[in-house]
Amino acid sequence: MSSWEAVIGLEIHAQLATKSKIFSGASTAYGAAPNVQASLVDLGYPGVLPVLNREAVRMAVKFGLAIGANIARRSIFARKNYFYPDLPKGYQISQYEKPIVENGRLEIVLEDGSRKTIGITRAHLEEDAGKSLHEDFHGLTGIDLNRAGTPLIEIVSEPDMRSAKEAVAYMKKIHTLVRYLEICDGNMQEGSFRCDANVSVRPVGQEKFGTRCEIKNLNSFRFVERAINYEIARQIQVLESGGTIQQETRLFDPDKGETRALRTKEEANDYRYFPDPDLLPLVLDDEFIESVRRTLPELPDEKAARYVEQFGLSAYDAGVLTASREMGDYFESVVAKLNGHAKLAANWVMGELSGALNKENLDITQSRIDPTRLAGLLARIVDQTISGKIAKDVFEQMWNEGLDADTIIESKGLRQITDTAAIEQVIEAVMAAHPKQLAEYRSGKEKLFGFFVGQVMKQTGGKANPAQVNELLKKKLAG
Amino acid sequence: MSLTRHDVESIAYLARLSLSDAELPAYVDSLSKILHLVEQLNAADTADVEPMAHPLADQVQRLRDDVVTEEDRREKYQRNAPAVEAGLYLVPKVIE
Repeated sequence: MSSWEAVIGLEIHAQLATKSKIFSGASTAYGAAPNVQASLVDLGYPGVLPVLNREAVRMAVKFGLAIGANIARRSIFARKNYFYPDLPKGYQISQYEKPIVENGRLEIVLEDGSRKTIGITRAHLEEDAGKSLHEDFHGLTGIDLNRAGTPLIEIVSEPDMRSAKEAVAYMKKIHTLVRYLEICDGNMQEGSFRCDANVSVRPVGQEKFGTRCEIKNLNSFRFVERAINYEIARQIQVLESGGTIQQETRLFDPDKGETRALRTKEEANDYRYFPDPDLLPLVLDDEFIESVRRTLPELPDEKAARYVEQFGLSAYDAGVLTASREMGDYFESVVAKLNGHAKLAANWVMGELSGALNKENLDITQSRIDPTRLAGLLARIVDQTISGKIAKDVFEQMWNEGLDADTIIESKGLRQITDTAAIEQVIEAVMAAHPKQLAEYRSGKEKLFGFFVGQVMKQTGGKANPAQVNELLKKKLAG
Repeated sequence: MSLTRHDVESIAYLARLSLSDAELPAYVDSLSKILHLVEQLNAADTADVEPMAHPLADQVQRLRDDVVTEEDRREKYQRNAPAVEAGLYLVPKVIE
């Protein structure tokens, strides 16, 4: 049987973090009572006119600059026509022929450490639709139009991805980027960041793309991966059993872990785009674009490269620490307070701290240990007051009890024993208590060295300085 | 280009218009005439003409500041709706 290659492109919808809607002065705040943030413009009343939100334009331009795209000096808005009750006008205002952002790119890092550039065809401004609630309203559907008119950018990739893993890596990278740029909160549960995946397969070596299916509304990285993997397997199975792929829209059912056809009526996808006569062309001058460029923060790739250069971190560690702006800020704050020791700080932020955060499903801004207190703990490792192993216990108490490292170290007597005489005393006691092992060791059974280290650590409650223990033990055991 | 009866039925469906069999031929005829006119326009040489997206040729879109200016007028707006409940507009069940 021939082998198959998947071809994947993503359309990511990111809600822009404006205060008001893209074409009206209604609030975009999440979680309000139904329809209290739906103005006449959002409700599609006759006689109203949309007026474009400057901030939404700035955010789209900011995104375009961050992916090295062309920013259109002149772009136009179009009507995308379809009927659905959560779209009261009967059309969505979007951009079609001339989007605001075109021809960008983003680099992703794959699991094996290799890099791949994913092309971004375009990113256009558009309005979100409302929400339909299908719970029981006496057999009717309830419509909440608070979300109608919320600004979105739709980010359309080239069909450059070849596996579900690549698609997830790309989606995560976009997610990181929009949060760095502070143009989208990235909240996937609330629907602020979601994606449609176009998936097709073709025999390896064939240039022509296969027929694709579009999987709609994927709102978690895990679902994206599962849905794409299912869809690839489904298409291969259809083709290998002699069938053909029908171009269609499919939905992913997370409970069953499968995709199913949504609608096959081809005419349903005839949106009859035309320029919206209510909106004039959007014209941007260099001054506007440059003013946006000046607000660009250090981007994730730039930050990661700096961490490698400035702190001597590995590319992998730098990538993890720059996955969110907040994580990077936290890490740098620890390093600043610790006066260096970046590798130690990196290990603790990625290890103990991330573990504790994950366990309670917190993000780093909600950490129970702030950078100052973590630096306080790490300083005690650096000056050898405590060992790395004891530090983990101290960390746990800091996390649970909210105390700082020094208080815990003092009150529990965890200070590391670095006094040579004291350690020697313990070693002698251990040797006296285990004459048999001592004799065996001295007659060549060197493996027993570990046994003696263990005994000494046990006697000192883990507080003896491990390097000193090793050194002194060697001397004493030698006799 | 002339439209077929099937084309007109599809267009009517997209616009959610219900046309009777008796009405259809008139629409096939008049919509085809419009397309003939467009074909004539297409024949003009526009190689050097910048496509126009709006009849107000030299005007550009005005932008507004990102400020919430609308207050909650749900109660007033919903007086126009045939059915509301718990703040929601109610419509015939739509589910895929």
